[in-house]
Amino acid sequence: MMVSQTKAKKSVWKRSLDARTALLYLLPSILLFSVFVFYPMFRTIYLSFFLTDQNGNAALFVGLENYTYLLESVAFRNSIKATFLFVLYTVPTGIIIALILALLANEKLKGIGFFRTIYSSTMGISVAASSVIWLFLFHPSIGMFNKLLNIFNLPQVEWLLDPTWALLSVSLSTIWLNTGFSFLILLGGLQNIDEHLYESARIDGASYWYRLRRITIPMLSPTLFFIVTISLINAFQTFGQIDILTKGGPSQSTNLIVYSIYKEAFVNYQFGTASAQAVFLFICILIVTILQFKLGERKVHYQ
Amino acid sequence: MKKVELIDISKSYDKQSNVISNINVTIEPGEFFVLVGPSGCGKSTMLRMIAGLEEITDGVLKIGEKEVNDLPPSKRDLSMVFQNYALYPHLTVKENIQFGLHVKKIPKKDRMIRTSDVAEMLGLTDYLKRKPRELSGGQRQRVALARAIVNEAPICLMDEPLSNLDAKLRAHMRSEIRQIQRRLGITMIYVTHDQIEAMTMGDRIMILHEGSIQQIGNPIDVYNNPANPFVATFIGSPPMNITSGVGDKESNAIRLNDSISIPVPFEDERYLMEKIIVGIRPEHIKAATKESKEAEKILVEVVNVEILGNETVFSFLMGEGSWQVKWSGQWQIEVGDKIPLIMNYESFCFFDSEKKEIIKKPSDVENHVFGKEVFV
Repeated sequence: MMVSQTKAKKSVWKRSLDARTALLYLLPSILLFSVFVFYPMFRTIYLSFFLTDQNGNAALFVGLENYTYLLESVAFRNSIKATFLFVLYTVPTGIIIALILALLANEKLKGIGFFRTIYSSTMGISVAASSVIWLFLFHPSIGMFNKLLNIFNLPQVEWLLDPTWALLSVSLSTIWLNTGFSFLILLGGLQNIDEHLYESARIDGASYWYRLRRITIPMLSPTLFFIVTISLINAFQTFGQIDILTKGGPSQSTNLIVYSIYKEAFVNYQFGTASAQAVFLFICILIVTILQFKLGERKVHYQ
Repeated sequence: MKKVELIDISKSYDKQSNVISNINVTIEPGEFFVLVGPSGCGKSTMLRMIAGLEEITDGVLKIGEKEVNDLPPSKRDLSMVFQNYALYPHLTVKENIQFGLHVKKIPKKDRMIRTSDVAEMLGLTDYLKRKPRELSGGQRQRVALARAIVNEAPICLMDEPLSNLDAKLRAHMRSEIRQIQRRLGITMIYVTHDQIEAMTMGDRIMILHEGSIQQIGNPIDVYNNPANPFVATFIGSPPMNITSGVGDKESNAIRLNDSISIPVPFEDERYLMEKIIVGIRPEHIKAATKESKEAEKILVEVVNVEILGNETVFSFLMGEGSWQVKWSGQWQIEVGDKIPLIMNYESFCFFDSEKKEIIKKPSDVENHVFGKEVFV
């Protein structure tokens, strides 16, 4: 009996050799993820069921009360609405602009490398630095936009101070900021399309628009799908430009969810409700991404 | 069915050196014309110029009777098969075949009829609903062919269409493409680097090297009478044996190396030049028999032997390279054997060493030409 048992044990030890080797290789990222992703995530979920003291320690278990409070709060609903509007303004426009630029920059012309560099250059600028520049552009009296309007005798706009304009202005700067990355990814996707497909279509006599519709867009669909997903998630998580340009104002019109989380946690020290908001945002992004994979991927042609 | 005429065609990318220069050729209607040459010789560029995918730097290109230099590809009334097939991966086989018909706004009913006709001709009927990635290499090749012929264009261009297939399938598709071309009577311009494809498929072949024409003619003529040493070594497998020789006026012979020399008859004295290039086909080197004169026997040492079924190829050293001999039958030859050979003077080609032109054609090819009379 004893002999057979040790044999069985040994074989289990031996059989798990592959799994143990795999684990060893995974260990560094498991450690990193645990410290910077998994622990904060579970801590957030845990905290969302509590009221906290000023140091962010759980003080009183309140169950789902943080969530019910949020759903009834007008400010939070306003912030959700602002976030969705912001996503709607920035994602489609940004991707379409990036696609047009990528199509232009994909042509074989002299000096096209210069334009490719220019178009993708916003990738190299930090959110903070570019937001400061935009702050100057939007300035009501010395800003370039109002000066331009002045030249054409158009009425002045309070870009960041008027609640009807503020979200649009922030969206504008965000679109500009994200174009570089989307452009670069889409250009890469375009260059991956086999040149012979276009030559074959040209021999058949297909026009530029026909080629764009029947070849470029379908062949680019995996890349487009990727960039749409990434842009959506990014837009939901926007923080930097809000903090510098508007601080959530005027009258909460640009108070996007992440900024609202920040204010709740580090200005109002309400870590419980802030955590509940974060969990809510997480669920939102998860649902949108799942929906996108379910609906969007059907139209994607992987090679 | 239209003819294609190239008049003084040149192509240059940097406006200084020509990658293709002074091409003059007329491709007859309904002809299977093969452009053959080593990679980088400009054959694909030439095909793309005919298609209109590359600009023509200099010269005139006529299709039918019309000059088409400035016409876009779609107006040249031709179809093209690409080396990698260029199938649209996101479309089904049927949509791929119909792509061109769609563009040309051909009515749906016609489209269906033509697609099913072509699919049947190429045995694709069962695969119409599949995507290209679900097909084998040979099937993809057929789809590419189908896409080219469904347009019913009078001219079809093919750019190395078989190079992605394995050897067996390639041999099969060779005859299939040839048959389709005959049946439809289209003018075919076919680019390949494979001399076997050129020999077996072409009505006429054009050998290109470094952007200029080496020879144009029907395959057998080119094989028998190569215009220069390049053609001689490019066409034929194994290639023609070539070496440089020295004419010796005292002994009336051309010396190839220390031990081997070819006696030259009195009336061909003019070939006894200081320097001359000598060539002979591997199958024209014969085994010495008991009847052979002792003086004509050449003793060589075998350095390599290959037996391909009923064909034996062996090589021996000659000058800097090696010469090959091809005999039919399974010869029991070992490496290191000393073998007596006979090389008839009539079988040799001589090339001018300066101009690289043929000056003496082989006259002893009668044993390889059969007329229809031999059939009972």
